[in-house]
Amino acid sequence: MKEYQTITEISGPLVHVETDEPIGYDEIVEIETGDGQTRRGQVLDTASGHVAIQVFEGTEGIDTDSSVRFLGETMKMPVTEDLLGRVLDGSGNPIDSGPDIVPDERRDIVGAAINPYSREYPEDFIQTGVSAIDGMNTLVRGQKLPIFSGSGLPHNDLALQIARQASVPEEEGEGGDDEDTEFAVIFGAMGITAEEANEFMDDFERTGALERSVVFMNLADDPAVERTVTPRLALTTAEYLAFDKGYHVLVILTDMTNYCEALRQIGAAREEVPGRRGYPGYMYTDLAQLYERAGRVKGQEGSITQIPILTMPSDDITHPIPDLTGYITEGQILVDRGLNSQGIQPPIDPLPSLSRLMDDGIGEGLTRGDHGGVSDQLYAAYAEGEDLRDLVNIVGREALSERDNNYLDFAEEFEEQFVQQGYDTSRDIDETLDIGWDLLSMLPKPELNRIDEENIEEHYREDVEAEVAAD
Amino acid sequence: MSQATDTTVREDGVIESVSGPVVTATDLDAKMNDVVYVGEDGLMGEVIEIEGNLTTIQVYEETSAVAPGEPVEGTGSPLSVDLGPGMLDSIYDGVQRPLDVLEDKMGSAFLDRGVDAPGIDLEKTWEFTPEVEEGEAVEAGDIVGSVPETPSIDHKVMVPPGYEGGEVVSIEPGDFTVEETVAELDTGEEIQMRQEWPVRQARPTEDKQTPTEPLTSGQRILDGLFPLAKGGTAAIPGPFGSGKTVAQQSLAKFADADIVVYIGCGERGNEMTEVIDDFPDLPDPQTGNALMARTCLIANTSNMPVAARESCVYTGITIAEHYRDMGYDVALMADSTSRWAEAMREISSRLEEMPGEEGYPAYLAARLSQFYERAGYFDNVNGTEGSISAIGAVSPPGGDFSEPVTQNTLRIVKTFWALDSDLAEKRHFPAINWDDSYSLYRDQLDPWFVENVAEDWPEQRQWAIDILDEDGELQEVVQLVGKDALPEDQQLTLEVARFIKEAWLQQNALHDVDRYCPPEKTYRILGAIQSFNDEATDALNAGVPIDEITGIDAVPRLNRIGTTPDDEVDEFVDELEADIEEQLRSLY
Repeated sequence: MKEYQTITEISGPLVHVETDEPIGYDEIVEIETGDGQTRRGQVLDTASGHVAIQVFEGTEGIDTDSSVRFLGETMKMPVTEDLLGRVLDGSGNPIDSGPDIVPDERRDIVGAAINPYSREYPEDFIQTGVSAIDGMNTLVRGQKLPIFSGSGLPHNDLALQIARQASVPEEEGEGGDDEDTEFAVIFGAMGITAEEANEFMDDFERTGALERSVVFMNLADDPAVERTVTPRLALTTAEYLAFDKGYHVLVILTDMTNYCEALRQIGAAREEVPGRRGYPGYMYTDLAQLYERAGRVKGQEGSITQIPILTMPSDDITHPIPDLTGYITEGQILVDRGLNSQGIQPPIDPLPSLSRLMDDGIGEGLTRGDHGGVSDQLYAAYAEGEDLRDLVNIVGREALSERDNNYLDFAEEFEEQFVQQGYDTSRDIDETLDIGWDLLSMLPKPELNRIDEENIEEHYREDVEAEVAAD
Repeated sequence: MSQATDTTVREDGVIESVSGPVVTATDLDAKMNDVVYVGEDGLMGEVIEIEGNLTTIQVYEETSAVAPGEPVEGTGSPLSVDLGPGMLDSIYDGVQRPLDVLEDKMGSAFLDRGVDAPGIDLEKTWEFTPEVEEGEAVEAGDIVGSVPETPSIDHKVMVPPGYEGGEVVSIEPGDFTVEETVAELDTGEEIQMRQEWPVRQARPTEDKQTPTEPLTSGQRILDGLFPLAKGGTAAIPGPFGSGKTVAQQSLAKFADADIVVYIGCGERGNEMTEVIDDFPDLPDPQTGNALMARTCLIANTSNMPVAARESCVYTGITIAEHYRDMGYDVALMADSTSRWAEAMREISSRLEEMPGEEGYPAYLAARLSQFYERAGYFDNVNGTEGSISAIGAVSPPGGDFSEPVTQNTLRIVKTFWALDSDLAEKRHFPAINWDDSYSLYRDQLDPWFVENVAEDWPEQRQWAIDILDEDGELQEVVQLVGKDALPEDQQLTLEVARFIKEAWLQQNALHDVDRYCPPEKTYRILGAIQSFNDEATDALNAGVPIDEITGIDAVPRLNRIGTTPDDEVDEFVDELEADIEEQLRSLY
């Protein structure tokens, strides 16, 4: 391993070095500054005689006399089952004053793509205990379902609630221990504030979830470039636990917006041709390489379910970050500012939310036979009620037909009873669907055109309409 | 991927620099678009730029740890696919490596690097039946025999393009592998089942015809309002969550094509898995055999190397052309062409080319039109007729149709199915917006529908379009004053439009019956709504209040026709129409 003191240029997070031997693309580099500090970096560009290095911990203090060592390998994550219960920094070093980590193996953090032929289609229902998710945007094991939120919205509370409550209902008669249904949680924080980090840590500690968690912390004041590595470390650990050790892993990544900002920063430093809003043209591919690491694999016990969180700049869903994310992930959960100010907890707006894998995870034998119909009908009815709200503002309620008034009432009750539940309540799927039926029974039977007749017969409650009318 | 036939080892080049998927090499003796093997691991790549002694290569695999100084080996031939029996019921990556074979070879669920495999099984034997006799003269493109490739499809063995042709001197039935000679010509040329063809070059044809037959899709809104022709081109643009992939998959399942080539270009892994899981179990509505028996899948998911994403649409359309040459109707779905365009953009920006609109390369429009022009209804060289219908999904950023990929696609394709996120939010699926979509094939396909489905097909459709147009205008008024302020005949129009939307345009892709709707049923459902409209208008004119008309209990049954099994539809609709008539007439 040679050492070079041939730095020719330092700009932003990039360092250019002259070399006299070939250096591999993506290789890891150590740079020692004059005062003895060591920084790590990665090769971004390599040509004979010259390489460009991106330094994770920032370039402050590096000068042209600093010495550069090429380690001859790409970045690796030391993995072991003992990582569970540990807190690491954004580069994977322990910061919880626990014992040294003795790795079973060191894994390349870039990770190879899962062969689409080897994937197993995700269809195991995960009960999150949140009605707006379980009932209408069902999460399944192996899915990647992001939370689209905005600044100042309680997405962290929602993520914590999911992490706390998520379980896979054991099928009756399968027997065995119930412990299996719990998830190992990998938490990757990118550029969140210390306060937010404390919120997460307190909750993990309070609920005992930390024992089955691995926490990666890149805080707001940690180097931005490091954020490009943190999720890869987290996902490499997740892959090891899921596909080597058989865990069902839930990966929470927050905040993807900070990750993308870091990408843009590096792109700008490299003087690349920028894409939309200055984000690099390869951001879609880059994000896909993270999100696509969710899934299940044939013949393997474990699974990786991803819940990335991102804050949409000025709540704009067409901003490149949520936009590209939505094209890759299997749906999205939308946290809504309006509902939040109404005091709805969690303020999930089901209309723009979506779970693409829902249809295969629900129904007879999985959740309940009426699940699909109830969900579709709730959607259609709430959408209709929402539409009418604009009209009411103009003409007033009296000018509307009875049918319209019915839908307005429905929309109101839907928010108050179905979406509203508080962060500490966990509802099982039967309870969720029953609330759905309570609400649907406010509408006359013939309006329920998305549900099979048998299900209407079984679940429709004749008395509710009268109840509401009497109010 | 095809094995290079030319095994002469060229002079090796040496890697000069590595930046993501783009590698430059010096001293490499290669032509533009030649396939090369890069580095110690032998990663596959393609030459995309030559400047003096410096050759630029896009690499189809991850380039981590590849270093300058490593060798680059040329193959002397351009990126080609293997054509022959065994392509159906297969799943390939973007450079035609069979993913099931890769799984075996790599022994892992994760895609390793530097592993190659032939596109079709070289060991397997096929039962060959000659279709020409010894002594007959054949030319390039002619069919000499066939093998049963799958229960649905006979694979024709053809004289490769470029052959001189001549008299057949020996041809015999029997079991052969794809590399064994099945026929010899007096020119000394030998014919095997396997051919190779460079993907970026269209296979030769005689002539292109104007398509006059619809590619029926079993989707009411498509067949009924915006039909696609066999040999036509269509685009499905839509923001995420609007149902592009579901629409593409429905087409792949139910379109009445002989062959379906489904290209998953830069999309989700689980979606491809769903196709792989579902298709073997689903019956082909035309033949009753498993859908996979007519399907070739190409899966280059978003996390697989970006350069292979760029090539996967070419791989797909070349395979489609091969089946077209046999005289089959092929439907090709590319999901999504935006990812393909982005792959071009990514490679282009690594080459530091001068960007065009939104960073896309200036040749974006040319590439798109070259691709769609390979579709069409063709007179083949061998006298058969075959077609390729190309359906491209487009994923416009932020759902904004003014972006370059959508706009350049719209300039070429003749059918436009605009997906709408507002409809999707209301769970109105397929979320195809009836105001924005169009099909320029409508008029040339009408004779077919008139002859094969119903005489008044065009008139009935026009009626539906008129009602929907009127509904669109009325809805604006309703937004301001409410429905009850409208005159009664307009309220009726709103009600009828609601049934057109709910009972006819909406279709449940997950319902066992409703997911496929034959054109006859499409016609009957709309007919039932139309007859309700006519009867209701009469009743209204006779002074019956609108509430009583819409309140009759037969009307909601319109919504149930879609889920009524195909063989019971006629009876169901007859009865329903009679009930509506009776109930309405009893009101006055």
